[in-house]
Amino acid sequence: MYYLYFIMKNLGRKKVRTILTCLSIVIAFLLFGLLRTLGSAFDQGAELAGEDRLVTINKITLIQPLPYNYLTKVKMLDTVAIATQSNWFGGYYQEPRNRFSQFAIEADDYFSIYEDLYSLPEDQMKAWKANRIGVVIGKALVDQYQWKIGDRIPLIGMFPQQGGNTTWEFEVSGIYEAKTKGAETNVMLMHYSYFDEARQYGKGTLGWMIIKVKDKNQSELVAKQVDALFANSAAETKTSSEKDFTKSFAKQFADIGFITSIILAAVFFTMLLVAGNTMTQSFRERIPELAVLKTLGFADATVMWLVLGEAIFLSVVGGLIGLLFAWLIVAGAADALAATLPGLMMTMDVLIQGLLFVILFGIVTGAIPAIQGLRLQIVTALRSRR
Amino acid sequence: MTAQAVNKSAIGSTLVELKSISKHYRKGKEKVNVLNELNLTINRGDFLALMGPSGSGKTTLLNLLGGLDKPSSGELIIGGARLDQMSNSQLTRWRAQNVGFIFQFYNLMPVLTAEKNVELPLLLTNLSSAQRKKHVAAALSLVGLSERADHYPNELSGGQEQRVAIARALVSDPQILLCDEPTGDLDRTTADEILNLLQTLNQQQGKTIVMVTHDPRAADHAKTILNMDKGRLV
Amino acid sequence: MSSSFLQIPIISWMNIKNIPQRLGTSSVAVFGVACVVGVFIGVLSMATGFQRTMLKGGAEDVAIIMRSGATSEMASGLGYAQAQEISHLPGIVRDGEEPVSSPELYVVVDVTKRTTNTSANVPLRGVLSAAFTVRKNLKIVEGRTFTPGTNELVVGRAVQRQFAQLNVGDKIKFGSTEWTVVGAFEADGGLAESELWCDAKVLQEVYRRGNSFQTIRVKLDGADGMQKLKTGLASNPTFNFSAQLESDYLAEQSKPLTLFIKTIGWPVAILMAIGAIFGAINTMYTSVSTRTREIATLRAIGFGSLPVAISTLVESILLSLIGGVIGAVIVYLLFNGYTVSTLNFSSFSQVVFDFAVTKDLIVQGIWFAVIIGFIGGFFPAIRAANLPIATALREV
Ligand SMILES: Nc1ncnc2c1ncn2[C@@H]1O[C@H](COP(=O)(O)OP(=O)(O)OP(=O)(O)O)[C@@H](O)[C@H]1O
Ligand SMILES: [Mg+2]
Repeated sequence: MYYLYFIMKNLGRKKVRTILTCLSIVIAFLLFGLLRTLGSAFDQGAELAGEDRLVTINKITLIQPLPYNYLTKVKMLDTVAIATQSNWFGGYYQEPRNRFSQFAIEADDYFSIYEDLYSLPEDQMKAWKANRIGVVIGKALVDQYQWKIGDRIPLIGMFPQQGGNTTWEFEVSGIYEAKTKGAETNVMLMHYSYFDEARQYGKGTLGWMIIKVKDKNQSELVAKQVDALFANSAAETKTSSEKDFTKSFAKQFADIGFITSIILAAVFFTMLLVAGNTMTQSFRERIPELAVLKTLGFADATVMWLVLGEAIFLSVVGGLIGLLFAWLIVAGAADALAATLPGLMMTMDVLIQGLLFVILFGIVTGAIPAIQGLRLQIVTALRSRR
Repeated sequence: MTAQAVNKSAIGSTLVELKSISKHYRKGKEKVNVLNELNLTINRGDFLALMGPSGSGKTTLLNLLGGLDKPSSGELIIGGARLDQMSNSQLTRWRAQNVGFIFQFYNLMPVLTAEKNVELPLLLTNLSSAQRKKHVAAALSLVGLSERADHYPNELSGGQEQRVAIARALVSDPQILLCDEPTGDLDRTTADEILNLLQTLNQQQGKTIVMVTHDPRAADHAKTILNMDKGRLV
Repeated sequence: MSSSFLQIPIISWMNIKNIPQRLGTSSVAVFGVACVVGVFIGVLSMATGFQRTMLKGGAEDVAIIMRSGATSEMASGLGYAQAQEISHLPGIVRDGEEPVSSPELYVVVDVTKRTTNTSANVPLRGVLSAAFTVRKNLKIVEGRTFTPGTNELVVGRAVQRQFAQLNVGDKIKFGSTEWTVVGAFEADGGLAESELWCDAKVLQEVYRRGNSFQTIRVKLDGADGMQKLKTGLASNPTFNFSAQLESDYLAEQSKPLTLFIKTIGWPVAILMAIGAIFGAINTMYTSVSTRTREIATLRAIGFGSLPVAISTLVESILLSLIGGVIGAVIVYLLFNGYTVSTLNFSSFSQVVFDFAVTKDLIVQGIWFAVIIGFIGGFFPAIRAANLPIATALREV
């Protein structure tokens, strides 16, 4: 206890310096928390992706549709448990900047293939299926646009209706819930039947297929099986696990992601260098005092621990405050950003990584002066006093 | 150096007058009285040695005389100027023209040569660079260090450093030289050299000198010896 | 005193000469500022480079006509007859009898990126010969243009460098169709260089688009051409199309990503700057405290407090400035002209662009450094000025 008192007294001797050092550490770990969280938000989809789900797209590109009868053929495979399909609607609400995702899907199959991620109350499902222009939305959309069940929502879509009109009218029939944290709730789901019937071009096609396999160890095999079904046809397919699919999509941003991580590293190490230098310097100034302690009979190891203890104490305080602020900011921004960056949250991984860095940092900054203190020649150190 | 002639001719007149000067420091709620109702007159051309036990307030008094600090109460008049009533910036200006300081640890600028150190106070005057050079050379030769002009402080011995410091104190031709234990860090022989130098300055140039010292043999070089204890003259 | 101003350079110079004695902290401060300025310029040069590429391709005498409500070329669509009708609207330059009008198809294809070895959406544009007349800055620089009616491609220089299998003579498969690369073009570094081009008729067939297009680019006739064109479009009630200047369209397309980079870049730069300011403050406090006796001595001799304060500021700003210049130079050497490609959210396709470390950015970055130096030196300067001389001299 006395040592703790001693450490506190030492930290208090130059308060401004201690506070500045601590604040640098706070900022370093604040940035760490924020940027790491942002980084993992890009990967999040991949983490939630079910291992037993496959995604089949047109081999040319995701944008290019597939004939609808492909789904029928896939459903007939006996390795497939459920197969369904989804379509990009690509609409916006009132203004182009109010853009969010809408998929045209088949209600029952879609919710059963994603039963681990989403749920919709029974009665709402019923009402939805009974309403041709009905849609269901997630919480993020509810928060952003204050929509509620029964609201009529006109969207300007990418596909014209027959007659060329691009404004589509929908009615909210239900609000689905995410079963796991991080599952995106910023998507509006509409009936494929309505979408396909009403659209002017591309009738009878689907955007991509989602396949749930019976045995997840056979995923790879099933993927090959599916692609083989359509080999050498006019529209060849590319099937991959949902995880790989999400990842490869994230990789489209590749360079930007890479640059962000370089920046993170640069920022983090600069801040720590600034703080670490200050700490090391404050110890160096006190080397004569350490010599006095040793003259008084303190053991080398005790002196070393006093130095290390002080370094670790300061970095833990700063680091924890930084991570706490990061957490608060993420929690605060999560709702506001739910529509653009869904599932933003600081994961346990980020926290643990942060804590490891905090302790490592304390040890590294304290190590050099601690070792110097250990090796100290009392006589020389005392003389260097003037 | 016409000013010196004036100083010389005025020898014996009053230069410094302290009228019931007190100085206290506050430490939290406590008040520490360092100087108590001090009265003192110093004449031009005097060489005053100030002695007394540690903590008796010698340095504090010297700082007041040099305008580094202000008295808590009382009147402090030097060469007709009321130091106790001056603002900080007035004091700064006053110092530049009227006092030369000599410290125990020399306090030379480590990044400047001896010559440049001595030139420093002259930068605060309107002298041209040629004039400054002349003054610096004169001051250095006065302390016997002309050949060391372009040495850096860390290339000089303690005694030499102190002589540079004296040259620096002299160069702007101040009314009064204030020395705080100028020989405290020097050996006997070197200390005697410095003290002889101060004595010469006092006798030949008529410089008024106030010197704080613990060393009775140093005090012997002075004309007047004053003893302080617990903030009073005894 | 008249020399008060003169005191500043004297004291500053002494401070600076004293720096080697505290090289450690000083160089950390310099390094810190260098990193901050580096990151600041680096991030903004990415946004600037992206914007430059996007905007360069946009001509102000070319209008792009899309279905109303479509926010990108991919989302638009129009039939052959409509395309014909639109081409003959007033406001469009004529080349002899024929209007200068280029109906185009715009799709994306998966091409493997060299650096990551993963596939990414590259735009494939189907064009007729008019496309080359509408865009006057476009030049074939290698090989030749495609022969109409064949599966031949010409590719933009930028996309050719970043993606695999796009050298002249290469064969590349999109889905089950094989294409031959027969040429490469440049477009002054504009967006077009991120695209692959082929014959629109062939693309219609391969993609089963019948005889439809997605957009029309037309060359406007004079300053009021746009107005005439818009009136023409509005006068036909069966039309659901709108025209905008190509430059406006591309500016709009560049907004989301630029905004994204900047909204991430600025807060990071500012948080970092705060950190660098702490570093600078600390360095300057150290500077003041190691020079305590020196400062007190100068003050005892008669130097003013203002010159002492200002010289502390000068030192701080100088150190930051050095850091800023180092950061700017390193970023310039490392990043200027560094080519990357990323997905542009608005068009759902890859854009290849170079980092642009412009003079403006460098100047901004160096100002940033000066501000850091100023704030970092401010409080230490005040401390230096207020140093109680009597006590400071006691400090041995
Ligand atoms: N800034 C201050 N705050 C509080 N007390 C002070 C301060 N400066 C001086 N003192 C006190 O004033 C008293 C006189 O100090 P001063 O330095 O004048 O003594 P001195 O006679 O010069 O001693 P020495 O011979 O040891 O140098 C001491 O008791 C000291 O503790
Ligand atoms: Mg003393």
